[in-house]
Amino acid sequence: MSALYILIIASIVVAAGFLVAFIWSVKSNQYEDREGASLRMLYDNEISKPHTESKFFKPQIDE
Amino acid sequence: MDFTERNDFVLSETPKQKVDCFHCGTACLTKDFTFDGRSFCCDGCKLVYEILNNNGLCDYYNIQQHPGLAQIKSIRNGKYGYLDENAISQKLFKFSDGKNAIVTLYVPGVHCSSCMWLLENLHRINTSIIDSRLNFSAKEVTIHFQQDKVSLRSVVELLTTIGYEPYISLDDSGNSKPPKFSKQKIYKLGVAGFCFGNIMMMSFPEYLAYHGTIEHQYVGLFRILNLILSIPVFFYSASEFFVSAWAGLKQKMLNIDAPIVLALIITYSRSIYEIFSGLGGGYLDSMSGIVFFMLVGRVVQERAYKSLSFHRDYKSYFPIAVSVVTSEGVVSKLLADLNAKDVVLVHHEEIVPADAILLKGNARIDYSFVTGETEPVHVSEGAMLYAGGKQNGEQITIQITKPVAGSYLTSLWNHRAFKTDKASKNIRESVVHSLSSYFTYILLALAVVTALYWALHDPSKILPSVSAMLIVACPCALLLAATYTNSNLLRIFSNNGLFMRDATVIEQFSKINHIIFDKTGTLTQGVALVQNSGIPMSLDECNWVYNIVKSSKHPYSRAMAENLGVQKAQKVENWQEVVANGVSGTVAGNEIRIGNIQFIGAVEGQHHSNFYVRINDKIYGFSVLPQLREGASATISSLQQQYKLSLLSGDNDKQRKALQSYFTDDRTLLFNQQPADKLTYVERCQKEGDSILMLGDGLNDAGALQQSNVGITLADDINNFTPGCDAILDAKRLAVLSSLCKLARSSGRMINFAFVVSILYNLIGLTISVQAKMSPMIAAILMPLSTLSIVLISTGLSAFVAKRFGLKV
Repeated sequence: MSALYILIIASIVVAAGFLVAFIWSVKSNQYEDREGASLRMLYDNEISKPHTESKFFKPQIDE
Repeated sequence: MDFTERNDFVLSETPKQKVDCFHCGTACLTKDFTFDGRSFCCDGCKLVYEILNNNGLCDYYNIQQHPGLAQIKSIRNGKYGYLDENAISQKLFKFSDGKNAIVTLYVPGVHCSSCMWLLENLHRINTSIIDSRLNFSAKEVTIHFQQDKVSLRSVVELLTTIGYEPYISLDDSGNSKPPKFSKQKIYKLGVAGFCFGNIMMMSFPEYLAYHGTIEHQYVGLFRILNLILSIPVFFYSASEFFVSAWAGLKQKMLNIDAPIVLALIITYSRSIYEIFSGLGGGYLDSMSGIVFFMLVGRVVQERAYKSLSFHRDYKSYFPIAVSVVTSEGVVSKLLADLNAKDVVLVHHEEIVPADAILLKGNARIDYSFVTGETEPVHVSEGAMLYAGGKQNGEQITIQITKPVAGSYLTSLWNHRAFKTDKASKNIRESVVHSLSSYFTYILLALAVVTALYWALHDPSKILPSVSAMLIVACPCALLLAATYTNSNLLRIFSNNGLFMRDATVIEQFSKINHIIFDKTGTLTQGVALVQNSGIPMSLDECNWVYNIVKSSKHPYSRAMAENLGVQKAQKVENWQEVVANGVSGTVAGNEIRIGNIQFIGAVEGQHHSNFYVRINDKIYGFSVLPQLREGASATISSLQQQYKLSLLSGDNDKQRKALQSYFTDDRTLLFNQQPADKLTYVERCQKEGDSILMLGDGLNDAGALQQSNVGITLADDINNFTPGCDAILDAKRLAVLSSLCKLARSSGRMINFAFVVSILYNLIGLTISVQAKMSPMIAAILMPLSTLSIVLISTGLSAFVAKRFGLKV
């Protein structure tokens, strides 16, 4: 039955691990923006080509 | 004059050809703006498309259809000139070392996945931007850029050109940011949950130990482990309750946390005593459970709506800086540094920052947000302008007469109504608060009686019975009933478009017996056109008129163009617009004049129209009527049965007749009300014993919203800039207002019901404990049972009632 000592310690250590993981996730702002992350993963990083070439300007507002 | 219901105006059976703007999805009024074979509603939208197309960012349009926002409002060049001022930009930077800078900007226009994609790809448009990240829920974009290569001003202007104009207000530069949701509370909750779960597990053998199924050596181990696990619960997680109870005691007040703290301390010390003296396992499981459930309740209740702000005053509405004319030319000056006698330039669509005299220019000031008047006012040179008015038209030059804070409108914020903190006032008035002090006194009295009784009969039982009683009678069930009912109601209200500042508002809302409406922007919105003289125009005539009005920016012209739909473009000769009079031109040889009676050169007939159209010799009259919001009339008539209703309007009483048909008692329809008058009216009604719900929309209602018991702001876009209030109602949901009122009314009964159940549990516990028969086993069953059933009853009941009133759950 002394196995019980080890099992109890082990179970508390595992549970403590989850507690630490939880605190870390809160600390690293994972709950700050719950909608954003679900959208962000959908984008791919390719750059599409402009549809037509036009004599275009750099986005600047002049005085 | 009458109201018209939405969209019942059609000039004639004109076939409308509908083309939606590729960028924003608004119906295009002309075919003038096309690019790449795509149609746009205005130059602004077309420009955004061109920029994105040239930077290879057209994926923007693939993620969502018509993701953009209408760019019809043009942004004045140099509007953001003040960002070049070091003093201002430094205040906005989160980080800056001269080379790199990080700035976080609030972008109200963010609404879909395309927005997010574009805002996180800013570096492709300007390579000096290193990185940008959007917090979607808070609508805040954090931009990291090379300060030595690109200025903050250019970054803001870039955002503006692609259609995401950031909102920069004085509040950002001060330190008055609302406190962010505290992470500490979440940590405390996590720790309490962890300890509670483990203590429960360790205590389980203890419950059975009496039946001799567990070897004795383990019982000691479990107790010691429990004790170790309970240390963080008592000293860290529960610290909140200690702090609040102590704060109450210092003010000689027994708040609801006082009996809780008492119960916690007694439970903890008695448990320690029992464990060390080998008498039993103590009540550590119950104690950590209570702490955990109460923390859950508090966290859920304090859940904030991240992108909403309930604490805005006039500063959020006013610009951060204004253009001041000095001997060295025009410079940007912070609003707070503005002095009397300064000469200020006010451009189209800009706000008059302080009371001033008009020096030069054609002032057409829209005071609708300040006073509720619908018609813009013409002001002649030398006359007074009041802070908060918006200039429509050309640039004007004004001279400040009073500093910003002393201006007519802003002095409203000096009223004592703004000096009290409504949230803490609500707490003081709440039932839970008053009940808790009685509760504590009764409990203490009962403890004394029990102690006396046992002192006479069996003195050895004094301590066990009194401590057991104080443990069991912890008012946590009482508190839980209120917290869980309120937090679930908050959720239901927000699902139905009503966003409350905090849970204390619900109780105030439930006691309302008098509802006051603002008119302009609250009950009415926008305008409708009605032709009230002349025969209906022919198709050709419609087309001619369309060609004249499409180039004019006057609200009447726009309303006309919208009603006519897209039509064939024709060449217009001699087109000209006379400010404050009308537009004229010649189409296909027909002379067309649109404007007021003098402008078209006619004699006033029987019908008093707002404007006239003259085609050669034929005259048509049109009226512009304010439209009642969708659902407004139904809401009024259903609220009328249960509440006193009033109407406070800053507008003149032209519409009194039309409104009388909706309100039964026309003595409560008040017109020409100044912002301060509205506040006094609310105050007077409160003195007569009424509980007021004020429904408003603009700064002119700010005083009344603050003074009322519950101030609700109606907003077309809830992320728009609403004056300070207790709750924000999505204008599209105005129709459900009466159901929301019913739900709020029954909230009190729901909490009471849960109270009764919790008191039953308390009575059972008390009868057992005063007899000194309380065992850890019974406590361990009673505590989670009462907590869980209270949680279930309060959430279930509120959801059930909401459903019965036809609300979304």
